[in-house]
Amino acid sequence: MRKRATSIALGATAALVPLLVAMQSVVADSPDSQAFGQIQNGRYLAIAADCAACHTVPDSGKPFAGGRAIETPFGNIVAPNITPDRDTGIGAWTDDEFDDAVRRGIRPNGARLYPAMPYTAYTKMSRADVLAIRAYLKTVEPVQNQVVANTLPFPFNIRAAMRVWDALYFTAGEFTPDPQRSAEWNRGAYLVQGPAHCGACHTPKSFLGGDKTSEYLRGANLQGWSAPDITNDARTGLGRWSAGDITAYLKTGHNRMTAATGPMAEMIADSTSQMTDGDLAAIASYLKSLPGREDNPTPVGANDPFMVAGQAIYRDQCSACHALDGKGVPQLFPSLVDSSLVRSSDPATLIRVVLRGARSVATAAETTAPGMPSFGWQLDDAQVAAVLTYIRNAGDAAAARVSANDVSRARSALRGRTD
Amino acid sequence: MARKLPKKDVVIIGLGWTGSIIANELTDEGLDVIAIERGPWRDAPTEYPPNYVQDELRYRIRHELFLRPEQTTFTFRNKMDQTALPIRSWGAFMPPNGVGGGGVHWNAETWRFLPSDFVVKTHLTQRYGAAFLPEGMTIQDWGVTYDELEPHYDAFEYLCGTSGTAGNLRGQIQEGGNPFEGPRSRPYPNPAQAQPFSYTLFAQAARELGYKPFPQPSGNMSKAYTNPLGIRLGPCTYCGFCEWFGCGNYSKASPQTTILPVLIRKSNFAVRDNSEVTRINTDRSGKRATGVTFVDTSGEEWEQPADLVILSAFTVFNVQLLLLSKIGQPYDPVANSGVIGRNFTHQTISDALGFFDNKKFNFNPFIASGSIGMCIDEFNGDNFDHGPHGFVGGGYMGQVQTNGRPIQTTPVPPGTPKWGAAWKTAVRDNYLSTVKPGTGVHGSFYSYRDIYLDLDPTYRDRFGRPLMRMTVDFHDNEIKQNAFLTDRFAEIIKAMGAREVSKEYRKAPYDITDYQTTHVCGGAIMGADPTTSAINRYLQSWDVPNLFVMGASAFPQNPGYNPTGTVCALAYWSAAAIRNQYLKNPGPLVDA
Repeated sequence: MRKRATSIALGATAALVPLLVAMQSVVADSPDSQAFGQIQNGRYLAIAADCAACHTVPDSGKPFAGGRAIETPFGNIVAPNITPDRDTGIGAWTDDEFDDAVRRGIRPNGARLYPAMPYTAYTKMSRADVLAIRAYLKTVEPVQNQVVANTLPFPFNIRAAMRVWDALYFTAGEFTPDPQRSAEWNRGAYLVQGPAHCGACHTPKSFLGGDKTSEYLRGANLQGWSAPDITNDARTGLGRWSAGDITAYLKTGHNRMTAATGPMAEMIADSTSQMTDGDLAAIASYLKSLPGREDNPTPVGANDPFMVAGQAIYRDQCSACHALDGKGVPQLFPSLVDSSLVRSSDPATLIRVVLRGARSVATAAETTAPGMPSFGWQLDDAQVAAVLTYIRNAGDAAAARVSANDVSRARSALRGRTD
Repeated sequence: MARKLPKKDVVIIGLGWTGSIIANELTDEGLDVIAIERGPWRDAPTEYPPNYVQDELRYRIRHELFLRPEQTTFTFRNKMDQTALPIRSWGAFMPPNGVGGGGVHWNAETWRFLPSDFVVKTHLTQRYGAAFLPEGMTIQDWGVTYDELEPHYDAFEYLCGTSGTAGNLRGQIQEGGNPFEGPRSRPYPNPAQAQPFSYTLFAQAARELGYKPFPQPSGNMSKAYTNPLGIRLGPCTYCGFCEWFGCGNYSKASPQTTILPVLIRKSNFAVRDNSEVTRINTDRSGKRATGVTFVDTSGEEWEQPADLVILSAFTVFNVQLLLLSKIGQPYDPVANSGVIGRNFTHQTISDALGFFDNKKFNFNPFIASGSIGMCIDEFNGDNFDHGPHGFVGGGYMGQVQTNGRPIQTTPVPPGTPKWGAAWKTAVRDNYLSTVKPGTGVHGSFYSYRDIYLDLDPTYRDRFGRPLMRMTVDFHDNEIKQNAFLTDRFAEIIKAMGAREVSKEYRKAPYDITDYQTTHVCGGAIMGADPTTSAINRYLQSWDVPNLFVMGASAFPQNPGYNPTGTVCALAYWSAAAIRNQYLKNPGPLVDA
């Protein structure tokens, strides 16, 4: 009986929502927020912007109700409730207030948001697109869920400090198309810089967490992973990827040389796998245009003791899946020869995957989701360092040596991680 | 009092090969399906990854992937006048456990039965006369034919990426394949696996003796494969840890590598693991199943109502659940009445070891896979004239050595001391130069009136339910068959150039402690007549039409091949009948 009472109450709430929304002031320049096209456009943009990644607790069945802790170098920030609930969500916000929050990082009470909310990227979005997202969010089920967003330690819990941060690192302003470039490139640039906020993970950050804009998308370290360089760098970036390799990766999580795991796996499942082929091609077109660092490290020589030991470990432990020639099996086991992540200047992801194992993402197009077992119990720090140094420098590849100390530090750091 | 869960369209008991196939077919039909699995969830990277699965002690000796006898077991005796005792460590066969079932630990030998196997009673009677069959033999026709099953064999082989060489393509005999097989509609999806030295040497010797050797059909991938569901498998590495082990390399066909990645994404599918079904519930008429009752790890009892019940546990437990649920008439061997428990069978396995000069022969026996090997089929089924021999049945034979694992691969010539320095020297001298096929002779086991399953009168499980009692022995027919086949096999091993051949005949009495294969069959058999079969030709219970019983428990007798290909072809056949006939008009698909 209790269950039935609950569902009646829920039904009543749902029925009330459109009324409440309708009572809000209608701004003259706002498009019809009830229009089907507007709502669908907003839903698509909410997927491209991956709002759910932070605002939905996975498997909670409560989309956008907030409550998920977002890890930052300064502490955890809990994502707020953005359902239309008037008390605990954003149901009482005006469209302008929503736009200010998304594109300027300012809450209705004037307080500053923390840039865990990527308003630094969303500022590139058009007001029309932001209002489309707003139109969609008005239609989702309102959930009563009070979230205490700010769980940062002192002094980061002082929101006023964000005024200074914004002055240092935030440039407000919409994306302006480059008329010299194709429509596809411009669409890609808009998506990457704006809603898809790729730089949030892939651009290195200053000690205060601001983007190092000169290093845009050249790879960064966060949440125990290294987000790889996604410029066109031939060695560590997408230089050897075709546009098709990029779109296949974003659509399916897999391509002929690599597979997504970690936070990118979640991103692909929730966001890019649901984007249109045209938008993915646009993203590929833009990323392929970004110049890489193109530095040229000296390879570790084949006779180096690390390389000799690493090769022996590789043959024993890795070759069953990744094959003796390192080429793996297309779409199933990553090719270590072709994977740019292998040569990443920051080996954090490599070390983590070897120590902890990893599960690749399952998507509708690629359901297999093969997993790599953990070797952390089996290989000691020096052995992990040797085998990684070997795969980073086998054949004609070149990348900095991984030291036993690197592995040791990663092992300690991972011990405290439950993800 | 069991707590009642929301009703489902379909409840599946046991998520092994057949449970997974049926679940995928019926969820495709739009039905809401739940599978209840006694054992744990299993998956390659977490349960049997390539960096520790090659552990013979853990998996082979200590049975990690199998049912634990303390959870449940069964009792055994050879003869009806003996008292059966409970089995406390698995021997003659290995009851699987957990998601994937036997599909996790099988060798992946993926055979089709001969067309004559499905009509064996009619065929043998016509060719040799009814008097040729021994007293007490209860073989019967299946009620389904090879031609009816062909598309479903094909579906399973393409699901698995079976590696093999076709022997009969739409009636045209193909060089290099099995000339005795029934016509297949298209070639195997993958070429046969590569064959190391001892296997090609066997084939050469067999050819010289006038036989037609062919590669064993294998669910170990000869190359990377993407199945019709879009699931990807990698090439086999020939590591030699296949049977009794899960494959960490995604290169052995199993529910995990061919179906589950698609199935678990479906919103109309759910699975409860570590939950044991204790009975199938029926309404007051006893003619309609209402669902199942199961117990979780906390001892809580739950009722899962459903419109359709699929019983797809292991052979012995299928029969036990039918008996405990009082579905169908229990078999009585004295009165020769009833059907549940009738025609229980196993396999007749033997071997011949070849010891070769170690200065001339190095076989590297550790390079192997579960279904590698070269076989001949001249002595299977009724491929040869049984008239002069005085027995029926047969089997394939071949060099099908699956491994050279260190603990159990210690072949020594007869007469070697069983321990000490001389034994160690002999092991060292012979390890690389011995052919030890294992299941070299893979013989049939036909059914008899006094070989059956029933509820044990004494021993009970943790819920107080009677254990299953097996009454099994070898009859003269199988012993004669085995002697004949083992001699033929030994001739080929000798012709390979062996210095010495050691024949290990299968002998009576049936030994429950000595591993043969996990191919126990029958007990809830299919057929055309409800007085001699538990289920009709579509695997539908004669007594409870909304209950279908999958698996080798449907085999009226066990032919001379590994059963999984036929088990799964039958599952697809049954699923097609459910989808195309039963759902449109739920009720008996065959009039009793």
